[in-house]
Amino acid sequence: MRNASIKPGVERQLKNYTSFGQTLRNSLTMAYRGLLKIRRTPEQLFDVTLQPIIFTLMFTYIFGGAISGDVASYLPVIIPGILVQTVITTSIVTGVQLREDMDKGVFDRFKSLPIARIAPLAGALLADTVRYSIATVLTFSMGFIMGYRPEGGLGNVAIAAIIVIFCSWAISWIFAFFGVIARTASSVQGISMLVLFPLTFLSNAFVPVDTMPKWLQWFVNINPVSHLVSAVRDLANSGTVGWDLAISLIGAAVIVAIFAPITVRAYMRRT
Amino acid sequence: MNVGHTKKIEPKPGDWAVEAHGLVKIFGENRAVDGVDLNVKTGTIYGVLGPNGAGKTTTIRMLATLLRPDAGSARIFGHDVAKESQIVRQLIGVTGQYASVDESLSATENLIIFSRLLGLGRAEARRKAEELLEEFGLSEAAKRPLKNFSGGMRRRLDLAASLIAQPPLIFLDEPTTGLDPRTRAQMWDTIRRLVKTGSTVLLTTQYLDEADQLADRIAVIDRGHVVAEGTVDELKASIGTSSLQLKVENPLNIEAARKIVEQVLKVQANIAAGAGKITAPMENADTVTDLLIALRAAGIHLAEMSVQKPTLDEVFLTITGHGVKEETSLTSDESDKAEVVRV
Repeated sequence: MRNASIKPGVERQLKNYTSFGQTLRNSLTMAYRGLLKIRRTPEQLFDVTLQPIIFTLMFTYIFGGAISGDVASYLPVIIPGILVQTVITTSIVTGVQLREDMDKGVFDRFKSLPIARIAPLAGALLADTVRYSIATVLTFSMGFIMGYRPEGGLGNVAIAAIIVIFCSWAISWIFAFFGVIARTASSVQGISMLVLFPLTFLSNAFVPVDTMPKWLQWFVNINPVSHLVSAVRDLANSGTVGWDLAISLIGAAVIVAIFAPITVRAYMRRT
Repeated sequence: MNVGHTKKIEPKPGDWAVEAHGLVKIFGENRAVDGVDLNVKTGTIYGVLGPNGAGKTTTIRMLATLLRPDAGSARIFGHDVAKESQIVRQLIGVTGQYASVDESLSATENLIIFSRLLGLGRAEARRKAEELLEEFGLSEAAKRPLKNFSGGMRRRLDLAASLIAQPPLIFLDEPTTGLDPRTRAQMWDTIRRLVKTGSTVLLTTQYLDEADQLADRIAVIDRGHVVAEGTVDELKASIGTSSLQLKVENPLNIEAARKIVEQVLKVQANIAAGAGKITAPMENADTVTDLLIALRAAGIHLAEMSVQKPTLDEVFLTITGHGVKEETSLTSDESDKAEVVRV
């Protein structure tokens, strides 16, 4: 500052749009910020470390005998189910944390910088895929310890894991939207749980669908969570890819296509 | 009242860093900013002076593209804040009233992230961060989390973050509110240095003293309106000068002293009843030397001498006819008036 003089405003090369490359770079930088924050406050990883362990243990031993006769034959059913349920639940935290983060002064600076408008949101959501990865790895590990040996092989399990993480990232845009429009962090938590509880439990995640009443089967069969669970089961247990996978990925893409733009718009409106 | 109204003579591009016309922002029932005009010449420091809630911050937020004006228009170096907001953001740096830095990260990490967002490479960002931390005397605290930073350190880091892209226009919203006198003086030095490198600075303040120290031109803003605008000197002339206050050791000499004051300073001096004080407007500080010599020659000894600057309260009283605070009763109104008479 002392030696370099400042280039006058009129002589600068300026543009009124952000290129795709810049949007990507900005988002990655914001994701890096998210990772630094996680490193600084590791206690915020409690939920993604404890929940997979406790839930997997609990549900397997409670429902195992009743639904599949014994624990070992229930594992191929419950592990994909609990994986999807746990990771999607984790994505609520994204919305809650975004709300808390946005109340801080630093978001004012982000708004005054010539960066892609979507970057502060996309970056935060991207950094949270680390949380989903931790939850995924821990759920599969718990399953392995309890005797789950997926027949699809390690490669297909890894692909299934990536698909779950991607779909949760897509779903986290919904909660990010709640995070942006809600007044307080606790109300984000409340609304999100209300949406997520029916979605994850009214699915094929824990119980075979044919044991349910007809009207409920109808909903369970169109529930996107069911398709994701089926896709993970196909991949992990038999290494096959079916329509469920395609439907899950299309559903995820549709969610992002709808919620990313309206979330950014709502974010820009807020002052 | 518009002191020394600026006429735009042939506006050339680059002449005006800020041109705002009739800015309005309404929050519910409250017209926070109600038709503000501001013209800031490139390369100057412009002060926006006003009490809390006058609309200073809202005005800055509109100029910095953080808030959309409900009416009126504003241009930064000729670029419209609403239509070309992304261009405007490439030309400005904003330092808010509350430090807009990331509390959970260290100073270095903050600056690196802002640098990276502004398009600097990895190594370049690190170098820039180190350079700025050095410049603002924060090198030692660079790795500590911001939670342990003092208010002054936070402000300095905040200003450093605004300077990464070397923007030609910098908004400073109450840069020294809540700082101790030493840190405030440091901040003033930094702001002066900034302008020397070619930056334009628009700052808001509650302190007349600060505007006086830094600004080339001042706009006084009250309840969303610009109530006075002009150079520091023009404004001062309109609100009256500082007053010199003398207390003589021997009360019997007070009348003689008053005569000497009137002779030397060529102004009318008053004797404040009871206090035994002589009060006189002080237009030229240099003549005080003569006065003191004359008093010594006359054998009059002083017990106390002080100079009182007009306060923001008095500026407001003079310009708007009401004080900074809403008058609640007639008595406070009267006491305000009494003060002006004394000045």
